Amino acid sequence: QKISDFKKTPYGAGETLTPYEDVTSYNNFYEFGTGKSDPKPQSRLFKPRPWTVSIEGEVSKPRTLSIDDIFKIAPLEERIYRMRCVEGWSMVIPWIGLPLASLIKYAEPTGKAKYVEFISLADPKMMPGVRAPILDWPYVEGLRMDEAMNPLTIMAVGLYGEVLPNQNGAPMRLVVPWKYGFKGGKSIVKIRFTDKMPLTTWVRSGPTEYGFYANVNPTVDHPRWTQSTERRIGGGLFSPRIKTQMFNGYADQVASLYTGMDLRKNF
Amino acid sequence: MAAPFKPSSLQLSWIKRVLFLLALLPLARLIWLGMHDALTANPIEFITRSTGTWALVMLMLTLSITPLRMLTGVAWPVQLRRMLGLFMFFYALLHFSIYLWLDHWFDLMAIGKDIAEHPYVLVGFTSFVLSIPLAATSNSAMIRRLKTRWKTLHLLVYPIAILGVLHFWWLVKKDVSEPLVYVLVLAALLGVRLWYRYRPASQAASRKPLPTRMPKAG
Repeated sequence: QKISDFKKTPYGAGETLTPYEDVTSYNNFYEFGTGKSDPKPQSRLFKPRPWTVSIEGEVSKPRTLSIDDIFKIAPLEERIYRMRCVEGWSMVIPWIGLPLASLIKYAEPTGKAKYVEFISLADPKMMPGVRAPILDWPYVEGLRMDEAMNPLTIMAVGLYGEVLPNQNGAPMRLVVPWKYGFKGGKSIVKIRFTDKMPLTTWVRSGPTEYGFYANVNPTVDHPRWTQSTERRIGGGLFSPRIKTQMFNGYADQVASLYTGMDLRKNF
Repeated sequence: MAAPFKPSSLQLSWIKRVLFLLALLPLARLIWLGMHDALTANPIEFITRSTGTWALVMLMLTLSITPLRMLTGVAWPVQLRRMLGLFMFFYALLHFSIYLWLDHWFDLMAIGKDIAEHPYVLVGFTSFVLSIPLAATSNSAMIRRLKTRWKTLHLLVYPIAILGVLHFWWLVKKDVSEPLVYVLVLAALLGVRLWYRYRPASQAASRKPLPTRMPKAG
């Protein structure tokens, strides 16, 4: 299903797009199984509409939005972003979405809001993976307020000119291109503003391996594997690994968010 | 009760041929998938994973020959063990070659760093290196020449198996259900050996002595 109205942006000019087929058949979305080929077949019966998102916590007034409301908050834009998975592979994806900053302004957080938490749907009826206690469901992700307001951060509702396929996090998911892919919560049903750092799912599951920040950083390895290189999906059998860039190549736009922080400790 | 099946030498040679072809099926499948562009979005990970899995499967099959004899007294499959062991080495060699070539393009610095810094790579690499002398001494001439030292050398299969399973366990991000299967199978295969060795004397006496342990030379 095509998205009719979105504007192009200069982001990602010159990047080679990862083929649609790969972007939509190789996914980490544990709610639909832990294998990367599971989400596509396992999410066939998932219903991303009707869909509501509740806005809670430190806001002037809590409310519930429908996905159609969210489509109208700001003009949709195409953003071609690199996506780097913590497992050491990467893609280039033409997302369609709205700046998260627009959504946040619309939500009117109070002055006490320091963090924003994103909670995904965990419905065992539609999401077979949720029936297994692999992770603590629902999936929780979060950002510091300034990270959330950064112009690079978007709430994606589509890719390749189409509404978001189920296996990619329909109907809306977070995309934070300078962080590892798991920071991008999928099928979000709740956005909560808090004054404390949210305890996110992967931090809870392995605090020595996954941090709250999860910034792409080639100089800080995962305890079990290297982060200095990555494999670009779609290159085939004979394409060599490429070097991972600091902040996934977005350092110019985001490095200032972390000045003075020890990125080895705040990994 | 009918006597347990024991193949004639002609039957055994056919069994070996069939087993040989069966053991090549995983490789044939990879080639077929490769020709049909069906190795998933991440083909290198897929074939690395597949060859690693089949090395473990062959290893488990190799290690199941002795428990089978301990539990049932059926001894002839020991004549298939060498082939199974060599197929384990074959898939491990493919697995390691893919890592060396397609994954790292012989970048020895990066590989050395990877082995030194990441325990799951280290145990996998160690397991592979330990299996080299076993493959090299698997022919009949070496069995004859090394005599009892051959048996001692081939006890290495136990650390190889434990490190191999640990390699799988440590590389999984979160869902350990698949490596857990290998942990349980290996535990059972080793458990039968321990039980057989330390079982009460009364049970031991009621059973026939263990048929010859060494594969026949020649």
